[in-house]
Amino acid sequence: MKQIVILSGKGGTGKTSLTAALAHEAADLHRLVLADADVDAANLEILLNPAKLDEFPFTGGYKASIDTDECTGCGRCFDVCRFSAVVPPNSSGKGWGINTIACEGCNSCVHQCPPEAITSARTIAGAWFVSESAYGALYHAEMNAGEENSGKLVTTVKNAAINKSREIPQSILLVDGPPGIGCPVIAACAGADLAVISTEPGVSAIHDLERILETVRHFGIAPAVCVNRSDINPGKTLEIEEFCEQKNIPVLGRIPYDPNVTRSMSRGLPVNAFDPSSPASTAISQIWRAINSLIVRGDH
Amino acid sequence: MVIAVASGKGGTGKTTVAVSLAVAAADQSSKPLLLDCDVEEPNSGLFLDIEYSSGRDTGVLVPEVDLNKCTYCGRCADVCVWNAIAVAGEKVLVFRDLCHGCGSCSLVCPEDAISEITHVTGRIEGGTDGSIDFARGVLNVGQAMPVPVITSLLDEYLPGSGNSTVIIDSSPGTSCPVVEAVSRSDYVILVTEPTPFGLHDLMAAVDVVVNQLHIPAGVIINRDGIGSNDVEKYCQTVNLPVLAKIPMDRRIAEMLSEGIPLLSGLPEYKSLFLEILAFVRKEVKQ
Repeated sequence: MKQIVILSGKGGTGKTSLTAALAHEAADLHRLVLADADVDAANLEILLNPAKLDEFPFTGGYKASIDTDECTGCGRCFDVCRFSAVVPPNSSGKGWGINTIACEGCNSCVHQCPPEAITSARTIAGAWFVSESAYGALYHAEMNAGEENSGKLVTTVKNAAINKSREIPQSILLVDGPPGIGCPVIAACAGADLAVISTEPGVSAIHDLERILETVRHFGIAPAVCVNRSDINPGKTLEIEEFCEQKNIPVLGRIPYDPNVTRSMSRGLPVNAFDPSSPASTAISQIWRAINSLIVRGDH
Repeated sequence: MVIAVASGKGGTGKTTVAVSLAVAAADQSSKPLLLDCDVEEPNSGLFLDIEYSSGRDTGVLVPEVDLNKCTYCGRCADVCVWNAIAVAGEKVLVFRDLCHGCGSCSLVCPEDAISEITHVTGRIEGGTDGSIDFARGVLNVGQAMPVPVITSLLDEYLPGSGNSTVIIDSSPGTSCPVVEAVSRSDYVILVTEPTPFGLHDLMAAVDVVVNQLHIPAGVIINRDGIGSNDVEKYCQTVNLPVLAKIPMDRRIAEMLSEGIPLLSGLPEYKSLFLEILAFVRKEVKQ
């Protein structure tokens, strides 16, 4: 089993569109398993139209609650909470309460309450799914709005996908990652054989590219870079390619700006399934060959 | 007035909108304050010529155990829900990267053996470009938790700012860093694009901002024309004002790629952002 994670640092550089198109490209010769590790904005499903097979609840962190009958109103919970989650009584006569969105689930108030009026319980923070797509099984999730622990949900989804791909000899696991460099990204790239980083030729994306490259290096994962919407700024595209060359990071190719990507999204298809001869499709076909040779060559 | 700029989907133009609002506000009255709360990928500063005048490390308060006082009772490990502290025989192990800084371990220690020190996970820094006050948080690479950096940034720069207009640039998504970044704002502008991804992620963002945090919000549709009018229809259904539609324009993409702010390259957009500020100001007053 080989595991490839698609990352970017900056959001909106085409991770999901690329993941779906790579799946379409790779499914001819390989057995695939797919995971959508961007649980805040789980969009891979929109391009793959999978049939949902199974659904599981995701248990998140603790949330405290105050038993107002037992509460003596001493305010100790308010004093110890570092997350401003304890709400003092208001003029309308409502007693002490917990703002569950702010509650970090540390249980400090539970241990500190003198009359033991505070309890806590783990709550359902989302759901994860096993689905069947045209290219293989898809593991994905939906986080309830405003929840914490998205890294833990990513790990849950990924572990299920890894278990599935271990059952399939020579399989490839494609992981659509989240933007940023924090906990869900760290969870998404854990154990990957290759991080494909989709960037753009602009000051923001280049700044973020450097940070995501440092992040994957920090966790010992080999990167390779492709430049999306490369023709928006050919000078910056060249800058990125030279930067990667200096750092000995493989450059997989360029994807030109192509309105077919948005059109295909509206049709719920990967761009190369929608129009195999479009400029983006041709470019992604070459990028897949470059990824394949990196993986087969065993450098990664 | 504090306006946060957020989005479910990444790359829809949050930073472009936040910087444009700040530039427009700077022309109007007193200096605005722009706070870049996207601490994983802070980009707003790239579009302004900021001279930084202050900065400090920040992070999470983690336990430090005085082994002369510790009796290895294990109470600290029992209460830590993140398994950030463990007691094994006559050893106490602290896993700083797992610690959320709640202080529970130090409160329950019967021997008073636990003090707290700052584990540096990032940095906050502030400055100005002359017409806009600016501050940002930067999460250190390899660190998992952006929220403590965002909290420090807001605690330090928000209360005493004295700026009549504060613009917050948030990270994408809908989970804890977004909640932290937008919670203290009077109004949230959600930036999206008219595509199925844009609509799906806008709906998630509306769920957090409007339904859970109960903050009034409006929508900016960026790259208008690339998809369908489903986003606009959705906004009508849930009664969200569409504050502006910024057309898909290759010139904008090319300018932004060079780090040129929208209002410098295409000043004709200034009136649009002044109108948005005026609209939001009226909404907030009500």
